[in-house]
Amino acid sequence: MVQKTSSFKNKFLKYLPLILLYFSVLNEFDIDFSNVGVLSFNLPFIIIFYWSLKDPDQIGNGLIFIAGILNDVTIGYPIGVSSFIYLTIIGFAAYLRNITLRPSIYKDSLVFLVAILFANSVNSLILSFVFSIEINFFEIIVNITFTFLLYFLFARMFNYLKPMGT
Amino acid sequence: MASGRDDFIIAIRSAFLKKSNKQQFSLLALIIFSIFLIFLSNLNFVGIKYIKIGVNEATYRLSALVSYPEKKFSESVNFLQDYFNVYKENQILKEKIDQLNNNNLNYKYLENENKRLKEIVGDDVRTSESILSKVLIDKDGKFLKSIILNKGSKDEVKIGMVVLEKNYLVGQVIEVNYTTSRAILISDLNSNIPVVIEPGGFQSILSGTGKDYGIIKYSKDELNLVNNSFVYTSGLGGTFRAGLPIGKINNKIENLGVQFFSDLSQLSYVKIQSIGVIKE
Repeated sequence: MVQKTSSFKNKFLKYLPLILLYFSVLNEFDIDFSNVGVLSFNLPFIIIFYWSLKDPDQIGNGLIFIAGILNDVTIGYPIGVSSFIYLTIIGFAAYLRNITLRPSIYKDSLVFLVAILFANSVNSLILSFVFSIEINFFEIIVNITFTFLLYFLFARMFNYLKPMGT
Repeated sequence: MASGRDDFIIAIRSAFLKKSNKQQFSLLALIIFSIFLIFLSNLNFVGIKYIKIGVNEATYRLSALVSYPEKKFSESVNFLQDYFNVYKENQILKEKIDQLNNNNLNYKYLENENKRLKEIVGDDVRTSESILSKVLIDKDGKFLKSIILNKGSKDEVKIGMVVLEKNYLVGQVIEVNYTTSRAILISDLNSNIPVVIEPGGFQSILSGTGKDYGIIKYSKDELNLVNNSFVYTSGLGGTFRAGLPIGKINNKIENLGVQFFSDLSQLSYVKIQSIGVIKE
């Protein structure tokens, strides 16, 4: 019985990043509290970057691609935009993983900042130039800032969870 | 120098082409596939349209389910806030009811007179049927301000229909699936509505700001509008029926800002209206 409970707990913790990712893309607010003052951040970016960097087998590329499609549908973007953005974030994480010998949270966060700046720029370009959707740039800057700052907090949380799910 | 460049290329190649044992697809393949999807979406490819309708149906329901606890929590918070303000509100409402009762008599007289005059000049009398709909998801994203409604083509919802809350305009249907539809809110940056501002009858365009208010743009003359002037749809362009109330001018939030009558973040039930034209 104890073994069964422990196995369930391990399985749950193993799939927790995936559950969190799908919850955040399907959730009404996208864990994006833009309606509470100016605070808004993008949890999917943090989850995708962290797990693609630390343990790429935890969430498969295909599952992240599907999460992007679901996000597009939920928030009303043209199909494929979020998937493309998520995949570019994986690209940055995979590149950093290949060149890093001694990982550090500061280096990771710096590359994360570049990755989200690039991802949001590409996102804005696609939406405004290809699909002629008008964009509020102030909200994007606020979103990038909070996403970057909260990366430290979530990275610590995930560092704690990672050994428990293996 | 050359070695540094080689290292960079090897790292990039490894990141985009190599896949570990548990990965089914390489990153590059998925990136190419997503670009292909964006390209097809841009072309409004028929296949993509049907796939999108299918995915929409499933995702909207799933999303509504996932969002249910959060929605209930925020409803409870609002309920508590309303509960504590109930006495104060009651006093204000009593005063308003008296005032409205007086106004109502005047409006009834004017409505009848207007109808009679329209019959005389042979103008169109527009009627429309309403479809009551529940708001499944009120996604407040960074870019798009829209809501998902639980009525679709099955209930004869069509693109372009207006969405009202208590007879106030809140949006317009932009996407229709079989049992669900999406409406863009009037607060969205991409929303532009031809309006008339009373008193004065100024014609203008109301644009969304991405926040909880709108702004008057593109007026013919330099407008100097006083607070609390009413903003209605003008009916120009034929996308909206004339005379739908939207909000009132509030220069405190921004110059020529428009405070909407409806709280767009608290929509739970709305009316979807077609604009049938019946000549009497």
